[in-house]
Amino acid sequence: MKLELRGITKKFGALVANDNVNLLAEPGKIHCLLGENGAGKSTLMNVLYGLYQPDSGEILVDDKQVVFGGPGDAMAAGIGMVHQHFMLIPVFTVAENVILGHEPVRFGGILDLEAARKKVKEISDSFGFDVDPDAVVGDLPVGVQQRVEIIKALVSDAQVLIFDEPTAVLTPQETDELMVIMKQLRDSGKAIVFITHKLREVKEVADKITVIRLGKVVGEAKPTDSAEEMAAMMVGRAVDLDVHKRAAKLGETTFKVSELSAWSDTGHQVLEDVSFEIRAGEILVIAGVQGNGQTELTEAILGMHGKTHGSIELDGYQLIGKNVKQVLDLGVGFVPEDRTEDGLVAEFTIAENLMLDRSDREPFAKGMALKLDYLKGFAQEKVKQFDVRAQGITSLAGELSGGNQQKVVLARELSRDLRLLVASQPTRGLDVGSIEFVHEQIVAARDSGIPVLIVATELDEATQLGDRIAVMYRGKVVGIVDPKTDRAVLGQMMAGITATGSKKAKK
Amino acid sequence: MTETQAKSRGQELVAQIFRGSWVLSALAVLTSFIAGGLLIALSNAGVQSASGYFVSRPLDTLTAIWNAVFGAYDALFRGSIFNYQSTTWVGMIKPITETLAYATPITFAGLGLAVAFRSGLFNIGGTGQIIFGAMFAGWVGIYVDLPFWIHFPLAVIAGVIGGAFYGALVGLLKATTGANEVIVTIMFNYIAALLLTYLLKTPILQAPKAVNPISPPVMESAKYPAFLGSDFRIHAGFIAMLLAVWGVWWLLNRSTMGFQFRALGHNPNASRVAGINIGLNYVLVMAVSGALAGLAGTSQILGTEGFLTTGVAASFGFDAITVALLGRNKPIGVLAAGILFGGLRAGAVTMQANQGVPIDIVFIVQSMIVLFIAAPPLVRAIYRLPTGEKSARKVSARKAAKAAAK
Repeated sequence: MKLELRGITKKFGALVANDNVNLLAEPGKIHCLLGENGAGKSTLMNVLYGLYQPDSGEILVDDKQVVFGGPGDAMAAGIGMVHQHFMLIPVFTVAENVILGHEPVRFGGILDLEAARKKVKEISDSFGFDVDPDAVVGDLPVGVQQRVEIIKALVSDAQVLIFDEPTAVLTPQETDELMVIMKQLRDSGKAIVFITHKLREVKEVADKITVIRLGKVVGEAKPTDSAEEMAAMMVGRAVDLDVHKRAAKLGETTFKVSELSAWSDTGHQVLEDVSFEIRAGEILVIAGVQGNGQTELTEAILGMHGKTHGSIELDGYQLIGKNVKQVLDLGVGFVPEDRTEDGLVAEFTIAENLMLDRSDREPFAKGMALKLDYLKGFAQEKVKQFDVRAQGITSLAGELSGGNQQKVVLARELSRDLRLLVASQPTRGLDVGSIEFVHEQIVAARDSGIPVLIVATELDEATQLGDRIAVMYRGKVVGIVDPKTDRAVLGQMMAGITATGSKKAKK
Repeated sequence: MTETQAKSRGQELVAQIFRGSWVLSALAVLTSFIAGGLLIALSNAGVQSASGYFVSRPLDTLTAIWNAVFGAYDALFRGSIFNYQSTTWVGMIKPITETLAYATPITFAGLGLAVAFRSGLFNIGGTGQIIFGAMFAGWVGIYVDLPFWIHFPLAVIAGVIGGAFYGALVGLLKATTGANEVIVTIMFNYIAALLLTYLLKTPILQAPKAVNPISPPVMESAKYPAFLGSDFRIHAGFIAMLLAVWGVWWLLNRSTMGFQFRALGHNPNASRVAGINIGLNYVLVMAVSGALAGLAGTSQILGTEGFLTTGVAASFGFDAITVALLGRNKPIGVLAAGILFGGLRAGAVTMQANQGVPIDIVFIVQSMIVLFIAAPPLVRAIYRLPTGEKSARKVSARKAAKAAAK
C-alpha cells in the first residue's frame, strides 16, 4: 500500500503548522520525517491520522484520494500509529490490550480471547517479538510494551506504520532492537514512516529522509549524509554537534552524596545507598533510563523529597533536613526536568520569572516593596546575555518556545553565585541550536569552578558533557565510569548489568 | 519599528479586551439585565392582562411591557444613583450614597476573595470571616470604653485580627493536613454563624434584658464617622475601602508578598522549586483574605448596623464571590463590581416599593451574572465574539513569527 500526502497545509489562526507538505511512503521503505520539536511533524501525523482536517491538500492511498474523519477511518484504511505515549491499559494482558476496541466474539457475544491470543502469538513469532500474550502489560519493560503497540497496529492489518518519536523512552539496547524490528517490518513489505529528531537513528534505518522546518519541507537528505549536514538542514544554519570543552580543572571535592536512600510516599524505596562525589570544576552526568531514581535524587538534593536517609554535603553543609529555600541559599542552582511545570510560571513575564527565587530580597526587593526598575534593567541584561528570543521582557514565559524558556531558567539560575549546579535533562525537547547554547552554559558553569550534576537520558549527551558518568538503575548507582567507555557497556549498565571492566574509572 | 510596535500593542489591547474579560464581564451584566427585564415583563400583571387580547391589540401588550420594564429599571436607577423625583437635595443624592454604603462591605469582602483567588485558593469562607471580624470588632466596640482616637482604631484592628485569624486557620489546616480549602471554608461558615447565634443568646454578646439575639449597641467612640452627616448611612468605612482597593493593588503588583501569592496561584510547583514556602504562604494568603473580609465585618458593625445580629454578614460573603469574579480578581474591577452590586441592592428596595417588582428579580439578575461569567462561551455565542482561544493563539503565533524573524 502506498500512502501519499500532497500539498498539506494546516493553519492554527495565523500560525502555519504545515505549509504545502508533500510526503510519500512506499511499501518496503522506511521513510524518515526529520525535524526539530515544533517543526510541524506531529501536526502532519495528526492530519494523516484524521485527528485534524487539513485546510488544503489531499491524502492519497494507492493513488486514490481519501478523507479521514478520525483515527477509526485511518485504521480502516490500513494506517497504524505507534504513539510516543503508549495507549495501553496496564492492568490488561497483552492479548486483551491488542483486541481492545474491536473485540472478537463467539456465538452469543462471548469474548473470544483464545483467538486473540493466537493472533498475538502468530504475529509475535513471525517477527521474533518474543511477547507473551498472557503477560500483564504493566509488568512488561517499556521496550516490550512498545512491541505490544506495534502488534496492535499489525493485528488490524496496517500496511503503513507510523512511529511517532518511538525511541524517546527506550534504553540504547531497546532502541537497537526497535531498529531491527523496523527493518524486519520493512522487509515484510510494510511502508514505514519514522518521525524523529535523532540523527543517529535516522542514519541507521532510513531509506528516504524528508527534513521539515517551520512547517515546510526544506529538502530530502540521504542516509549517507553526515549528521552535521542533516542538523544544518533541520535548523537552517550550520550547527556544531560536539560539545567543546577543555580538560576539567579539578578542584577540591565540595559535593558529596553518601549512602543516600529515599522512599516514595507509598513507602516504596526509590533510592538505595546512592553515593558519589563531585569535585569543583567537574561535570558528573547521571545517566540512565528515565524513572530509575534520577528525579528523586535531584529532589532529595533540593530538599523537596520527604523521606530520605543518608548524607548530602555541599561545602561541608549537610543538605538533608534543609528546605528548598535554605538549599538554594547555600548556592545551589537547579534546572528542573520539567521546565513548564517546575521551572517557570507560564502566566508570568520573562522578567518576573527571572526573579522567581529571589523576589523577597535585595537587589529585587527593599523591605516589602519590589524594585521593578531594578528588575527591568536586570531582565533586559539577562535576555541579551542569554539570547532569549522574545518581543520583550514583558512577554509571557508560556508563549516562548521551549529553547527560549530554558534560556530563561538558565539565566535565572546562573545569575546567582553558585556553589553547585544541578540540571535535570537540560536539553530535553530543545532544538539543536538551543542545545548547543545550553551545553556551552553548563560547561562555562563548570569552568567557573563549581561541581555540576547533570541528569541525562540521552547517551550522546552523557558522554559528550560528562567528565565522569554515573549510571543509575532502579534507584541504585550501578557504576561510575569514564565518558569514553564503550556505548555498549554503558547501555548494558543502563539495563542494570554491572560493568566489570570499567570499575577503574571510579575514584 | 516604533510604529509597528505601537500598532501591535494597540492590536493586542483590542485582542486582550475581546479575549479577556472586561468586555465579557460587561456583556454578562448587560445580558442579565435584558433577561431580568424579560422576567419583569412576564411577571407584570398589566402585561399579563394585555397579552390576553394580544392578537386584537398587540400595541397594548408592547406598551405594557415597556411600562413594566422601564418603570422597574427607572425605579432601580432612582433607588441607586440619582432620585430626580425628589424635591430635596438630600433626597436626590441619597440613593448614590446608599449604593456606596452597600458597596463598602461587598467590596471589602470581594477584595479579600480576589486575593485568595489570585493565589489559587478558592476561599468560600467570606461569610465566616465577616462574622468573625464583626464579632471581634463588635466586642471591642461594645465593651471597651476609650476615647475615639484609641477606641475606633482598636475596634477596627480587632475586626481585622478576627477575620485574619479565622482565615489563617483555614490556611493552616491546608498547609498542615492538605485539607481542601473549599470544603473547610464552607464548613467554617456554619461554625461562625452558629457560634455567633450562640453567643448572641449568652451574656457574652447579648444585650441585657433583650429577648432577641441582639447585642448592645456599639459605642459612638468606636464607630466609623458618618462624614456626610446623620442623614446618610454612608460612613468613613467607604474611604477605608477605597484605601484597601489601592492597598490590595499594591500588595498584588508591587510587593514581594503579592508576587509570591501570584506565583503560588499560577504554578505552585514552580513556586516550590524556587524556594517559596508554600505552607506559610497558604496561611498568609488566607490571613490577608480573611483580614479584608474582617474589614467588611467592621464596616457593618462599626458603620451601618451599629449592633450585632445573626444577620450581620447578610449575603455579602457570597455576593463577594460574584464580585471578585465579575471584577476579574483585579482590585479596580472588584471596586466597580462592588458598586454595581451595591447599586442593585439599594435600588431593589425602591423597585419593590414603587413598582411592586419583587426584590427577587434583583437576586435573579445577580445570579444570572454569575451564570454568564462562569460560562464565557455562552456570552461569546450570544454576541458572536471570536473565541478567546483562537485569538490567544493568533497573538502567540504572531509573537512566535516575530521572534523567528529577528
